[in-house]
Amino acid sequence: MTIIRKEMEDHFSSTRFLLISALIVMVGVIITSMVGMGIQEELKGMAKPTLVFLLLFTATGKLFSFVQFIGFFGPLIGIFLGFDSINRERVSRTLTKLLSQPIYRDSVINGKFFSGVIIIAIVLVAIVLLISGLGIRLIGVVPGVEEVWRLIIYVLISLLYISFWLGVAILFSVIFRSTATSALASLALWIFFSFFVGLGAGFLADAIAPISQSQTYIDPEVLIKHERIQRVVSLFSPMTLYSEATNTILDPMRKTTRGLILMGPLERLSISRFQNPLPLEESILIVIPHLLSIVAITFLCFGICYLIFMRQEIRTI
Amino acid sequence: MENQIVIEAEGLTKKYGSQTAVNRLNLQVQEGEVFGFLGPNGAGKTTTLLMFLGLTEPTSGKVKILGFDPAREPFRIKEKVSFLPENVGFYEDMDAKENLRFIARLNRIPDRISEKRIEQWLELVGLSKEAGKKVGTYSKGMRQRLGIAEVMLKEPKIIFLDEPTIGLDPDGTNWMLDLIHSLSREKKITTFLSSHLLDQVQRICDRVGIMIKGNLVAVGPIEELAKKKLGVDAKDYTLEEIYMTYFKEA
Repeated sequence: MTIIRKEMEDHFSSTRFLLISALIVMVGVIITSMVGMGIQEELKGMAKPTLVFLLLFTATGKLFSFVQFIGFFGPLIGIFLGFDSINRERVSRTLTKLLSQPIYRDSVINGKFFSGVIIIAIVLVAIVLLISGLGIRLIGVVPGVEEVWRLIIYVLISLLYISFWLGVAILFSVIFRSTATSALASLALWIFFSFFVGLGAGFLADAIAPISQSQTYIDPEVLIKHERIQRVVSLFSPMTLYSEATNTILDPMRKTTRGLILMGPLERLSISRFQNPLPLEESILIVIPHLLSIVAITFLCFGICYLIFMRQEIRTI
Repeated sequence: MENQIVIEAEGLTKKYGSQTAVNRLNLQVQEGEVFGFLGPNGAGKTTTLLMFLGLTEPTSGKVKILGFDPAREPFRIKEKVSFLPENVGFYEDMDAKENLRFIARLNRIPDRISEKRIEQWLELVGLSKEAGKKVGTYSKGMRQRLGIAEVMLKEPKIIFLDEPTIGLDPDGTNWMLDLIHSLSREKKITTFLSSHLLDQVQRICDRVGIMIKGNLVAVGPIEELAKKKLGVDAKDYTLEEIYMTYFKEA
């Protein structure tokens, strides 16, 4: 596809793309070296535990884990790649010219979207390989087959997640004439989902099922209700969907996507003593609903964008 | 073959909401003709062009371009017809050749053929020396020339030019008009150009159509319109005088 090719050339040669990939590589390297050294310390004098390699991605170290970082800033890659894709052509008056060539109208929007997806895939694979390489040197552990599979699945989920944001950005670039407006709108949505949905979830849960701090005894039912409300609300955010899904995939010790687990001390002890990592299939099974939701919102977003673009008048004065 | 009709509109109407941009337009243009589509700003000229290319759908009425309906088979038309929009845009951070190459690829012209054509057209429009510069640095006149090269790249049967001389200096304007004129003569390309700069169009057009507020008020060769409006013996008339009589009537 000519358009995909041209768009990719554009992206690769743009300063914007250079900046954001430099940022990600930098943060990735910093996190990995910190986490890697931490793991190195802990591994001293221990028998090699299972699946330690994945800790490179999930361990929080001093700041945050790589997975958290992508969950948070990954959307920015999507937004940066897409926020001016259609309206830039409109402003520079190339859209009319483009559409008067013998191509179908949808190949323009498809080209924009898929070139973005390919770029995101390249960036993700590159950074994961970079971290893995660095990690192997630092901790001296080579990933096993299962770990590699888990990483591949992680990359796929991340790709979907960032593509969702790419879709959002392209949608805004179709709706808004000005590139500044569409950039601000996508950023606003990103901030809303990243910060405020989480806050709102806590607030709503407190309002409906209040837990008072002064009480020594907390009614478990209220606690469960509180937790459930908070969870349902925060699942509206793609970021929650994404971080729960990837954490479960990359951390085989997690047996549920839930945050709160009510257990007695003995129960907890026995579980931690005899716990084995979850097989890969089981991890996947747990996150399938999350995955489906991410796929659904991505397609929904792109679908809306596609429809609006196809029906839009070439010149609406 | 000589008198084959390549552009045909019948009762063509376009409404934006309650506003009628083009009102029941009837028009025929023959192969090889240079047709001037005249009218003030906002008369519906561009809208008509967009409908001819299938870039916007008519509210009612029929159009046939080279025998194809733009609303149904825009693809067929866009393969054989070129459009130079008003103030055409280019990808600013690509150079002239890259811009042309991209358009050639969209038209599925194989690279080895398009390379030759690109050289040839850049030479013809006088941009060979500046071909390696980014289009962002080009002046208005250079852009318009590049636009012509781009339009000719696919060797079209019809070219639609929307205000091709707007913003050009007198030299550039003359050059542009001569080029359009010679192209249509030598290559037998039907040329349909819209403009509000009457004296320029007068020089090169075989026939003109005058559009006012969405209505086509007159069509024909300039001499015929002059006879009709200014009297049989009229001499030294300008298109402007004819145009003003129509404008007053409307």
